[in-house]
Amino acid sequence: MKHFSISFIVGGGLTTLFIIAAILSFFWTPYDVELLNIKGKFATPGFEHLMGTDHFGRDILSMVMVGTRNAIAVSLIAVGIGAAIGVPLGLWAAATCMNGSRIIDELLMRGNDLIFAFPSLLLAIMITAVFGPSIINAIIAIGIFNIPVFARVSRGAALSIWPKEYISAARVAGKGSTRISYEHILPNILNLLIVQATIQFSIAIIAEASLSYVGLGSQPPDPSLGRMLNEAQTMIFFAPWLAYFPGGAIVALVLGFNLMGDGMRDILDPKLRQRSETGKASNDAS
Amino acid sequence: MSSFLLKKIISLIITLFVATGVIFILIEVVPGDPVAFMMGLSGSTEAADALRIELGLNVGPWARYVDWVWGMVNGNFGISYTYRVPVIELIRERALVSVPLTVYALFLSTAIAIPAGLISASRRGSLVDTSFMGVAQLGVAIPNFWFAILLVLFFSTTLKLFSASGFPGWDAGFLICLKALTLPAISLALPQAAILSRVMRSSALEVMNEDYIRTARAKGLNKNQALLRHGLRNAMIPVLTILGLQFSFLLAGGIIIESVFSLPGLGRLVFQSIVQRDLIVVKSIVTLLVFSVVFITFIVDLLYAAVDPRLREGN
Repeated sequence: MKHFSISFIVGGGLTTLFIIAAILSFFWTPYDVELLNIKGKFATPGFEHLMGTDHFGRDILSMVMVGTRNAIAVSLIAVGIGAAIGVPLGLWAAATCMNGSRIIDELLMRGNDLIFAFPSLLLAIMITAVFGPSIINAIIAIGIFNIPVFARVSRGAALSIWPKEYISAARVAGKGSTRISYEHILPNILNLLIVQATIQFSIAIIAEASLSYVGLGSQPPDPSLGRMLNEAQTMIFFAPWLAYFPGGAIVALVLGFNLMGDGMRDILDPKLRQRSETGKASNDAS
Repeated sequence: MSSFLLKKIISLIITLFVATGVIFILIEVVPGDPVAFMMGLSGSTEAADALRIELGLNVGPWARYVDWVWGMVNGNFGISYTYRVPVIELIRERALVSVPLTVYALFLSTAIAIPAGLISASRRGSLVDTSFMGVAQLGVAIPNFWFAILLVLFFSTTLKLFSASGFPGWDAGFLICLKALTLPAISLALPQAAILSRVMRSSALEVMNEDYIRTARAKGLNKNQALLRHGLRNAMIPVLTILGLQFSFLLAGGIIIESVFSLPGLGRLVFQSIVQRDLIVVKSIVTLLVFSVVFITFIVDLLYAAVDPRLREGN
């Protein structure tokens, strides 16, 4: 039996809870999120409305459920885009590097540096300045920012696998660089990529919330945790619960994913377990 | 050393050129024509053409790009479409809020994170360490704008210690302004301090396993003395990298925090300019921020080489 750490259990529990709530929101929410009920506005949290209601009388719990679902969807797609483009680029860079040609590698890495020079929020601002604010543009902006992260991680990991004997064996057997990359390198660095994906996912959740908060993410009437916080801001003096619950949901979701990522790193990569005691720096840097 | 420096400078210049190219292409393919927007529905074609010439929009993209870059080299960023004043003046005015905010936040983040990381490392496994790292784990998960709202609720609404928003302007006095920037700086600094303290802790723990620390201990220094006198400088190398990276996060994060506190900084200017389609302002601010990020990375690379001679050898 594998040993599960406390952080994995707590993080996994929180994450499961949110995923269940998100899936549930497809079929059922306590109230309709688009139902306005002006008579019942600013209801304090209680039996009727567990998290209270907002200035239109909408149920906060229902909105948090749908908002969480949207945040998870945006982050999954954005991280997916980053991985789908970044990983092949990283593998390609490593493969050409191993074949003795450094030009492609050098170009790709400089391109990475270039994207890193644009803070993700700034990139999103430029994209929305040009194409207008929408949830799709927010996904693209967060996705672009994820490409260099995955490219860098997979390149580094692939470079450490290439000198192994079984790679030489595969070469002798007549496999080309592309086939080796996908059949032998990728499965061996998958653990690392999964752990990186959980880290990127929690960064994406915060990025989505930030973009929605400044009005560059999902547009009304689609519930979004970030925009709920923006709307709450003018009313916090008499209805602070409007700010507590959506923000708390973001924190719990991100915390859950971070803890689960830490736990998963220990389980998936026992070699790192010893190192993670002393050497978390490399992961925190991203 | 000089070939190392030369290589770094060449790559800096190339990065800057490509970055301005990307910004230019992205902003120039914008569907909206600023002239049509400014003229409104009533403008005549002749007036629109005249305005186009005035704004330099009547020539091809290549010429405009060269003009734009050459202008920036000479400190001329062009004229704002909506405010009708030089962009550089708008930026200078707003930077007087944004730059102090960033520096303040960077200072707070360092002042909290480095001692916290060192204490955690030297008492590894203790209650102090566990609680510090627990707080750090939480700090990474909290969006800074939500933390800002909570700070306002607590310090402005409940305790009435700080005003909830606004900036009095530097004429009102240094301390008053510092106070107005305090809550924004704290909310910006918190997530960065959380990350930084984790890096500081792990870096210090790694250093503590080194032979020279054992030698120092053997010569009679206690654990903390050895860490501070011999370990700290080595442990600072990864911390320096993260600090460089954080500068860009703080600049970008400042854009959001400025809107939470209604501070008249660069972030507010960018959002206003997007709404007003004042793209020359958006273009200039994005360029300046990207330049500062690239430049800080460059400086960190140089500092790195100054601290660690092995890096100068070319690898």
